Amino acid sequence: MSDHFEHRAVISGIGQSDVGRRLHRTDLDLTIEASLEAIADAGLAVRDIDGISTYPGAGGGPAGFAGPGTPEVQDALRLSVNWHRGGIEGPAQMSAVIDAAMAVACGLARHVLVYRTVTEASAQGGGGRQGIGTGVPQIGGAQQWTIPFRAYSAACWLALNANRHFAVYGTTREQLGMIPVNQRKNAALNPKAVYTDPMSLDDYLSARMITTPFGLFDCDAPVDGSTAFVVSTADYAPDAPRPAARFEAVGTALRGRPSWDQFDDMTTMAARDAAASMWERTNLTPADVDVAELYDGFSFLTLCWLESLGFCRVGEAGPFLEGGTRIALDGELPVNTHGGQLSAGRLHGFGHIHEAVVQLRGEGGDRQVKKSVDVVAVANGGGPIAGCMVLTRAR
Amino acid sequence: MEPFRVLPRLDDKNEFFWTSGRDGRLRFLCCGDCEYFIHPPSPVCPRCWSRAVGPRPVSGQATLHSFTVNHQRWSPDIDQPYVIGLVQLAEQEDLRLTTNIVNVAVEDVSIGMGVRVTFEDHDPIFVPLFEPAA
Repeated sequence: MSDHFEHRAVISGIGQSDVGRRLHRTDLDLTIEASLEAIADAGLAVRDIDGISTYPGAGGGPAGFAGPGTPEVQDALRLSVNWHRGGIEGPAQMSAVIDAAMAVACGLARHVLVYRTVTEASAQGGGGRQGIGTGVPQIGGAQQWTIPFRAYSAACWLALNANRHFAVYGTTREQLGMIPVNQRKNAALNPKAVYTDPMSLDDYLSARMITTPFGLFDCDAPVDGSTAFVVSTADYAPDAPRPAARFEAVGTALRGRPSWDQFDDMTTMAARDAAASMWERTNLTPADVDVAELYDGFSFLTLCWLESLGFCRVGEAGPFLEGGTRIALDGELPVNTHGGQLSAGRLHGFGHIHEAVVQLRGEGGDRQVKKSVDVVAVANGGGPIAGCMVLTRAR
Repeated sequence: MEPFRVLPRLDDKNEFFWTSGRDGRLRFLCCGDCEYFIHPPSPVCPRCWSRAVGPRPVSGQATLHSFTVNHQRWSPDIDQPYVIGLVQLAEQEDLRLTTNIVNVAVEDVSIGMGVRVTFEDHDPIFVPLFEPAA
């Protein structure tokens, strides 16, 4: 299996800006903070960076969603690049990282700066969470099939998946709620987390309903912040000052229909396909995974990834989550050890990748998983959007 | 006066669908060669690759595949709660529509219930909604 491209790339450096609910700093300023930290962490100078990659690229989406495009960041740092890309289509947010690994493996670049920046908290601070398609008279494209029916948010689209899962498998809110409750405990140990007050299952169940079965604490918390990585050629790993993270395998497949409401099995989503394609690229199995950082734009997505990645059988995530002991920091499979997007903040997939490297390095401080962390599974996305990877320590 | 609804922007691909309800019938594209219903609209049958596709009326009968009761005020001009449903049309197992379930109390909506189409008039657009069949 050593001929897989991802084995020729590593994450050599990580960086993260301040993260907060109302930082009122520009997206470029946050990006530069994270990027310079990542480059220094990789033991490199700015002039060593010869590639740049981001998700989703400039413009588009709700206010504060997109962050700066690569031209703005490239120019701010006066990077001289041999390869560059930005884009929203692909296997979720981590497509920016996977593409960087491909570029490095292909010899197009040696050190690629990859970043994801959000300023959704400041940008949407005037009112409630912004709906998609509200305030427009007419809508075209794929959203014409949801927005006219007042399904203004991914919350509404994914609630259809969740309620189907509840109906078919008997999953309950008490089971689902163990994801946000456990993550709030983890967030209390993360100095950068935005929500750290203790939260009980009763607190979770009594919070106001957003769209059944999702209550307030099933939905992630918009923040301002930027996360950056340096993806380097694997032959640099021995020279990196901090332990590099290897890409053991990446999962990029989308074998079902690329649609929120036409996907064949509403209880599984595209996570099923990305996970299957990832395990096809490695001899490791779910039993080898020490820690899982699983996307949680909504709690149900984490539940779905637990099943798709094979940590429990399809339909059995409810019982797997019961009581929350298995996913706890000292459990058999610690999940979202930094608090995830539900409590640490919506860094949109990149927070999970960052935390995976932190745990592999043993740099998690109070939230560091006590057992040896050699293999971490990371997943991004929900609905028809999914990407995943297994990271291991390079040395 | 119907409550505010964001309406679809009509184009060459979708106009037949959104204007179909003028005569009270719901229509989807259907393959003239293999009889497979195609949604969203596309110029090719995804089962046999035939290009002979055109609008065809369906019964309007469906089963509720899933739903959510929305309580969040995403937009100031709509009253909550309301029901967003995913219905499976009687003609074909994988022919689904996201829609609203109307003319029923929120607590009486359940997965698997039989529903039928009813149209909300935004002439020339007729938005297909679903109500209990019985």
